Amino acid sequence: MVSEKALLSKLSPEDMPATEVSQRKTLLWKIARHLGAMAALVLLGGLLSATLVRLAPGFDSDERELDPRLNAESVQALRQSRAGEHKIFSFYAGYLRGALHGDLGVSHALGQPVQALLSERWPVTLRVAGVGLLLAWLLGATLAFTACLWQRPIYEIFGTTVSGVFLCIPAAALALLSVILNKPGYLAVALIVFPKIYRYSRNMLAKAYALPHITAARARGLGEVRILAWHVLPIAGPQMIALAGITVSVALGASIPVEALCGLPGIGQLAWQAALSRDLPLLVNLTVLVTLVTLLANSGADVMNYVLRPHDA
Amino acid sequence: MNVARKLACAVVVAVCAVSLAANWLAPEGYAKQFRETPNAPPSHQHWLGTDDVGRDRFARVLYGTRISLLLAPAAALISTALAVLVGGLAGYLGGIWLRLARGFTDLFLSLPWLFLLITVRALLPLNVSPMVSVLITFFVLGVLGWAASARVLSTSADGLRNSDFILQARASGLHGPRLFFVHVLPNLKPVLYAQFWISIPVFILSEANLGILGLGVAEPMPSWGSLLRELEGLISFREEPWKLAPLLLLIVVMTSFQLLLSNEEVTA
Amino acid sequence: MKTIGRRACLQIAFCFVFFSLVLTADSALAQSGGELRFCLRSEPKTFDPLLVDEDASLSIRYLTGGVLVRVNRHSQELEPELAESWTISKDGRQITFKLRHGILFSDGSPFSAEDVAFTMQRLMDPALHSSTGDSFRSGSGAVSTKIVAPDEIAIIFPAPIAGVDRLFDQVAIMSAHSPKKEAAVLGPFMVAEYKAGSSVLLQRNPNYWKKDSKGRRLPYLDSIRLDIQPNRDVEMLRFKRGELDLINTLDSDYFDRLASSSPGLAHDAGATLDSDFMWFNQVASAPIPEYKRAWFASGNFRRAISQAINRDDLARVVFGGHAQPAIGPVSTSNKFWFNSKLKVEPYRPDAALERLKADGFHLQNGVLFDKSGNAVEFSIVTNAGSKPRERMAVMVQEDLGKLGIKVNVVTLDFPSLIERISQKFNYEAAMLGFRNVDLDPNGQMNIWLSSAEDHAWNPQQKSPATAWEAEIDRLMRAQASSVDPKKRKESFDRVQEIVAEQAPFIYLVNPNALSAVAASVEGANPGILSPQTFWNAERLTVNGTTRASR
Repeated sequence: MVSEKALLSKLSPEDMPATEVSQRKTLLWKIARHLGAMAALVLLGGLLSATLVRLAPGFDSDERELDPRLNAESVQALRQSRAGEHKIFSFYAGYLRGALHGDLGVSHALGQPVQALLSERWPVTLRVAGVGLLLAWLLGATLAFTACLWQRPIYEIFGTTVSGVFLCIPAAALALLSVILNKPGYLAVALIVFPKIYRYSRNMLAKAYALPHITAARARGLGEVRILAWHVLPIAGPQMIALAGITVSVALGASIPVEALCGLPGIGQLAWQAALSRDLPLLVNLTVLVTLVTLLANSGADVMNYVLRPHDA
Repeated sequence: MNVARKLACAVVVAVCAVSLAANWLAPEGYAKQFRETPNAPPSHQHWLGTDDVGRDRFARVLYGTRISLLLAPAAALISTALAVLVGGLAGYLGGIWLRLARGFTDLFLSLPWLFLLITVRALLPLNVSPMVSVLITFFVLGVLGWAASARVLSTSADGLRNSDFILQARASGLHGPRLFFVHVLPNLKPVLYAQFWISIPVFILSEANLGILGLGVAEPMPSWGSLLRELEGLISFREEPWKLAPLLLLIVVMTSFQLLLSNEEVTA
Repeated sequence: MKTIGRRACLQIAFCFVFFSLVLTADSALAQSGGELRFCLRSEPKTFDPLLVDEDASLSIRYLTGGVLVRVNRHSQELEPELAESWTISKDGRQITFKLRHGILFSDGSPFSAEDVAFTMQRLMDPALHSSTGDSFRSGSGAVSTKIVAPDEIAIIFPAPIAGVDRLFDQVAIMSAHSPKKEAAVLGPFMVAEYKAGSSVLLQRNPNYWKKDSKGRRLPYLDSIRLDIQPNRDVEMLRFKRGELDLINTLDSDYFDRLASSSPGLAHDAGATLDSDFMWFNQVASAPIPEYKRAWFASGNFRRAISQAINRDDLARVVFGGHAQPAIGPVSTSNKFWFNSKLKVEPYRPDAALERLKADGFHLQNGVLFDKSGNAVEFSIVTNAGSKPRERMAVMVQEDLGKLGIKVNVVTLDFPSLIERISQKFNYEAAMLGFRNVDLDPNGQMNIWLSSAEDHAWNPQQKSPATAWEAEIDRLMRAQASSVDPKKRKESFDRVQEIVAEQAPFIYLVNPNALSAVAASVEGANPGILSPQTFWNAERLTVNGTTRASR
């Protein structure tokens, strides 16, 4: 969203010919449409997630029901306590009404306002998933570029083996390993995410390098950096940018086991607790949040590709 | 590279052969509990020791290989095909289709699918045979695992749609499915192969996690995923390194596959 | 040379000063008691002592709440706390407490009978739905309180409750007037800080009333840090690293590992009151085939299954020997209530097969068939995430396989499992554990009464479905309304015998109370009753010197 605004301001309005003004109007219209679609998707995401949670078994049950000290009335009261959430649509309408007034509801499991929980925890997740993602890209892309630039089998085998090892270790085991070695949680996220980045980017780069005109350029003795910048990146670049958008949600997913095991009080840990206790208000909010982040990351990637693509104006 | 590829080929053939010969190599089977020796270290009787309830780990690895090595690639194939269908096709068609597909994919990536899996378990009868349960699990994994690569594919295909050679092909009268299959699809291969290769270990591991929900490979049947779950109590591995054997095997097999495939991935 | 020499001297002097500083700091730390650290396995759901229901909140209530009487976790005897003495009326309907003088809440407000009355009234409010409150509900009608004097209060119940005094171990007294509400406490510690998802910090209550024999104010500890950490591996790791001082209910494999590396730290206090058991679904309306319901309703079938399970193997393999084969609803550790005439059901597959044959079952090519020719197959549902239970299920599967019975083990997440066993009744057999916090059989009323919610195999019956359930109903009611411990014991002994004969619950094991206590903790004496390691938290100290050197 931000990048679209930046894009807009780049087109300075004063010295624009008439055609460009109309172009700008279509761009504005496009952006408005895009924002509308995003809002619709976020709302739909919340509704769908509420439906999924509601329809899954165990929605009405509470661990406390098994407490033999509770008498029949208390068990009934426990079951009734969530009656307001039985009808998904009315629950969701109520939730949206509250959200419009800045009230995101109260978590069942933790008994705290969702808003407080989220604002308390997002910095942790930003750190774990954000730094983890950056590290993963550093690691994955370095390996991929090394394998493709110097086309020696040893780099290829090295990259494949290292990424293969980390792809095969369960995420929980990696998280535990980071606890054992007293390493920060973002390292575990990086190790979970980087094999995926490596494999995709390595394949995309290799494909670009295998194109006939690059072989020809090499034969003519063009420098490797030039080949990369002029010929390879224009081909592999857009896909890698799209990949970058996708890895945001991959990193968010990886932060769930990492935060849960490393005892980091972030959004991932919250999501895990919410899922275990069928915490509908919290889950709906989390889905809305994740949908928003995913959409922003992916649209950001799309916009970037749109800007970078050579347009014949 | 040639030596490495030959070696990789040998590994894959050997693993397949050994797992097929499981009945003969581990005649006691994967379920027999040697209750006098639970958690035993390797010995000539149990080459990889025994697990928590005294089952021979070697036998479990062999039998587990059969299931995982067959079904995980099948599920990966499903997810790759779906990724092509949604991402590739949408990118190729462009316009409203592309926008719809992207919105759908983004939404798909954000929903809590855990609850769908829980519902799937509830819809199945409790006395379902382990084989059926495994098949359903891997099928569900395949159906849910396509979204990320579809998103990347849509970008690739979108770029291709406007590229010179597709325009040329179109000008020379090629269009419709043929154009898609002959010119677009081969150019999506790098992403597809990556998706396929990454999905296999990811699905093998997810299958074990679904055991928590009562899906996946039911006891006493082994799978690589359930064997790898032993890794989660990682503290003991300095003392009991043989528990790492299933992980090593998975890594070796995955790397070998990758080395075997690495050439075809690029040359299209 | 000279300069170097001077520098060396300086260094030595500095080192000396530094070490003496460290030493004095250490001894100061040791005197003041230091900080105790251990883990809560889940987020505390509430800090309201009257609404406490799960382990994490229970631990916090134990450490912060002041109670009138306390069950000594070691001797299992009842001891006076805020109440100096108490009497129960002959009809068992009234209990009168004589309170201690000069006690202040942590915020400085004085403690009196008014606070007890306020706490009881709030606890018994039907809208509160507190499990602690529900355990006091004996008959219809309200519980009333009568303040006899500022230091004396009588609590009157509509019907007699057997063993009512022990129930007050669970009632943390709240202040009637303090503006701080539940934050004003009478226990040795008070909640100083709570970071959701991460930790709870307790600080010593400066107004705590108790003193040790030398006249020093308790507790010794300055603070207790409770880290919220659901993962057992991480907990063990941090203990080994010296970041934690205690582990409660340790897993048996960790226990063995710790016992071999540092034997002084691992404690096995013997069998707990908890039990793991399985049962068959006997609900008439359950969505299972008619012929299966007939198997499960047969006492012979259930007893045969019970005989075909090798409990010794379960205790030895799954718990590494740190569990006792279970006999019945009462653990052998419950000194008073256990019926010593009962023995562990011996593992006898041949006898089991005989019993099954008596019911018309027959073996054919290694598969067991019932009299109408259905192969015997059923599923056991259990909760995911409990390793011991998953392993036990696999071993039961193997044991029953030897009788030609096919068992399918299905692990489910807890909410789904609860829905199946308590609402939809869509299951065949289930395996679960029961955490018994109460020594008295009254705590199990809702399990044994056929009309109760927790009568797991066939809950909420309008009238008892079988003669033996009717007899259990009668015996349980008889023991509940009697004040004579001997008569109560007779009734409950008979209940235990019926349960052994009919096997509605097939009891498997009573796990041992395994715990780890760091060498730096002084005064620990882990027991079998929860909280195992810190039941005497007010008298624990943490020695900073030993901790640093660990």
